[in-house]
Amino acid sequence: MHALRLTACIFGMLFFWTSRASTWVVCPDCELSSIREAIQRAAPHDTLLIKAGTYLEYDIRIDKPLTLLGQDRPVIDGQKKGEIVTILADSVTLEGLSIRHVGVSYTTDYAAIRVVKRKHFRIRDIDMEDLFFGIYLEKAQQGEVTGNRIRGQAREEYNSGNGIQLWYCKDVQVGENEVSGMRDGIYLEFSDRIRIQNNRSMNNLRYGLHFMFSNDDSYTGNRFESNGAGVAVMFSKNIKMQGNTFRKNWGTASFGLLLKEINDAEISGNTFEENTVGISIEGSNRIEYLRNDFAGNGWAIKVRGACYANTFRANNFLNNSFDLAYNSKVNDNRFEQNYWSNYTGYDLDRDGVGDVPYRPVKLFSYIVNRTPETIVLLRSLFMELIDFSEKVSPVFTPDNLQDERPLMKRVHDRG
Amino acid sequence: MLKILKYSFYDLMRSRWSYVYFLFYLALGFVLLFLNNDLSKAVITLMNIIVVLVPLIGTIFGIMYYYNSREFTELLLALPVRRSSIFLGQYFGVAGSLSLSLLLGLGIPFAAYGLFRSGAVWDFGLLLVTGAFLTLIFTALSFNIALANENRIKGFGYAVLLWLLLAVIYDGLFLLSLILLEEYPLDNFSLAATLLNPVDLSRTLILLKLDISALMGYTGAVFKEFFGTHMGLLVSLGALVLWTCLPIWRLAVRCRKQDF
Amino acid sequence: MIEVENLHKKFGKNAVLTGLSLKVEGGGIYAVLGPNGSGKTTLIKSILGMVVPDQGLIRVNGQPTHRKWKYREELSYLPQIANFPGNLSVSELLDMIVDLRRQPARQQELIAEFGLEPFLNKKLSNLSGGTRQKVNLALTFMFDSPVYILDEPTNGLDPASLIRLKERIRLEQSRGKLFLVTTHIMQFVEELADEVIYLLEGKIYFKGTLEALRQRTGQNDVEHAIAAISTQEPNA
Repeated sequence: MHALRLTACIFGMLFFWTSRASTWVVCPDCELSSIREAIQRAAPHDTLLIKAGTYLEYDIRIDKPLTLLGQDRPVIDGQKKGEIVTILADSVTLEGLSIRHVGVSYTTDYAAIRVVKRKHFRIRDIDMEDLFFGIYLEKAQQGEVTGNRIRGQAREEYNSGNGIQLWYCKDVQVGENEVSGMRDGIYLEFSDRIRIQNNRSMNNLRYGLHFMFSNDDSYTGNRFESNGAGVAVMFSKNIKMQGNTFRKNWGTASFGLLLKEINDAEISGNTFEENTVGISIEGSNRIEYLRNDFAGNGWAIKVRGACYANTFRANNFLNNSFDLAYNSKVNDNRFEQNYWSNYTGYDLDRDGVGDVPYRPVKLFSYIVNRTPETIVLLRSLFMELIDFSEKVSPVFTPDNLQDERPLMKRVHDRG
Repeated sequence: MLKILKYSFYDLMRSRWSYVYFLFYLALGFVLLFLNNDLSKAVITLMNIIVVLVPLIGTIFGIMYYYNSREFTELLLALPVRRSSIFLGQYFGVAGSLSLSLLLGLGIPFAAYGLFRSGAVWDFGLLLVTGAFLTLIFTALSFNIALANENRIKGFGYAVLLWLLLAVIYDGLFLLSLILLEEYPLDNFSLAATLLNPVDLSRTLILLKLDISALMGYTGAVFKEFFGTHMGLLVSLGALVLWTCLPIWRLAVRCRKQDF
Repeated sequence: MIEVENLHKKFGKNAVLTGLSLKVEGGGIYAVLGPNGSGKTTLIKSILGMVVPDQGLIRVNGQPTHRKWKYREELSYLPQIANFPGNLSVSELLDMIVDLRRQPARQQELIAEFGLEPFLNKKLSNLSGGTRQKVNLALTFMFDSPVYILDEPTNGLDPASLIRLKERIRLEQSRGKLFLVTTHIMQFVEELADEVIYLLEGKIYFKGTLEALRQRTGQNDVEHAIAAISTQEPNA
């Protein structure tokens, strides 16, 4: 961290030397003790070096390209009076600050940091606590939000905000952030070409990550744990989802990943572990599910409504209570060469592929769909018996729904 | 009573059936753990076995022992010993040796696997405790049946029927009533129906610790509140204790009126 | 002393004892006789508390026996069928019974008397019927009880053992013990019994000495006397 800060300083100084910009030192005992005042005095491309201490300021408007650099993590305390930092100019960098006590309002979405219609912003290494909204990007472009820690204490959805919100944004990188205790961890609405990488979104009230009407985005290597629900992707196109971990999204109607009205996507190399539902799919077509792990979920995959031409290949289904739930008798999706830990077939020709097909939909899962209370009979002998009879001669479940070539060993190469 | 227990227990410890039972669990434990190498899968398989097989074995073993030790019983009846001591002593002898076979048979492989150093030890402990309870319950029920039926074949038939009823048929009726009554709130009903059958109760208790707690959220507030809490665990264990005590109590009362 | 008052017992619809009353006091050997199904075994088992009477009162040495167990310390019982837990050895069985009765026992004396030494370490399931009966006898006479109840004691015994049994019974008789014996062997009755108790249809049909029995039936031979008794009126 020190090395990082040092290099940042060196770069800052180089920048300052080449552009002949100057550095303003702000500290509680200095001549310059107010950030707001420092911004007024500074010229474009100057650097404000903010030293350790607490600054009781809010509504700080940065209206020229500046770099605000915290030294030994200074604290900006908004005293719950409103928004704290608003970026109204291009090329603004914020780094190494701690921001607290954002005002809560039912009419205005106060944020710790807001960017309004600007480009080339960089928000790095900021600690945020006691928030309404965390980072709010409004029609912003080509910026980055990296390495921030956003900790809220949301209890109800109606009076809490999102950790990182992107609204009508383009080409923004969101990486290595930690968001917890907010409404949605990361929320995208009408935002395109956003890259979301290696974030951790945990213990948020609603979703860990939420897409609405956003296209050509990607999220990779993120971890979503113990949220109301993991990730919801709704009404969006061409979203790349790879190498994420969805864990412990427990509870009524909770899920690891929800796909609603999503077409043409690839979901690969993800891990779904101990969720009530691993992936819940509604009205989504032509999606490829490759090399994902589904382990210890209530339902690994729940298919609702019309879903066509989806392919599930080389996934591992490990000890889920139900591998698959289907609410219709029609099937147009393909299951090929997955590993199913519940598979009881054999491989006489030793080619690594089971000789009898696997039927992932159990009659019991069909019954539970109809009458949820029957879940209390999970794993009872009676249920195993009727599941077995359904397996032998399918009556209620789609009879072409099967993996013709189930793997005998789990897929290890998940690259 | 303790003396009779001691002799029944010794008697069983010499019979090869106790060893068969013990070796069966030992082999099962080792096979599950060392060939499978997947603890959670092993525990689930184990649960299926405990919930289904333990009651069956308890029933059959109990009824067989009762009928086979009739001479011994008659010998004891003429001695200055309290009647209830004779039957309770024999009962605890059988149930004790069965439980011991179960605990050791499964405990040894799991201990060898290093389970007691891992976090799963409580889940596994619950599994064993439930298994022991089921042994106590079904042995007591089978003793009751045997006491009421001098005809061995009849008694044996009733005992197997009882097992079938509690392990399979009950759940079928349960499912049927849930589906038929699906328009009504069923939380309390299913809660009661679960508590009323020791097999279902044990299954739910174990599943709570494994995977069902995620799914329970699905079935509504009453269930979640009940089974998700310590209170639920206590009530469930209480119901198991009740299920154990009632047939034992009935055995003690009923044996006083029996002619030999 | 054993008192039985108005004893009734039904098994299902079958009334086995119908108001049986009996009093035997002091020492002596009482042979309980009667045709098959007359209630001999039921009477004995009622006294032992193995059968629970529907009605009536039984006292052993003045103590009511219903639902009690302590009085059985005064009784030693020889069951008719000598079936024992098969996987115990003879000495284990004897030790166990001694342990369960918690009374002084003359174990070695009886083992020697019935020649059981060679069998002590054998499993009971491997013994012949006669040997088992000897174990049965040893088990019964091991305890110095005021009352002995023997159900068909001669079953399967070889002549030598039979002689020892008779000697043992006489010995205990001389010590003032009370015997209730059921048997079908009339010679045994003739040799040993002080009194005969004859049961018929769940009641006492005759109770008295052998002499009285002979006089009443006019038969000299006990076997014939017994056979003749049931054809006569009770108070003829």
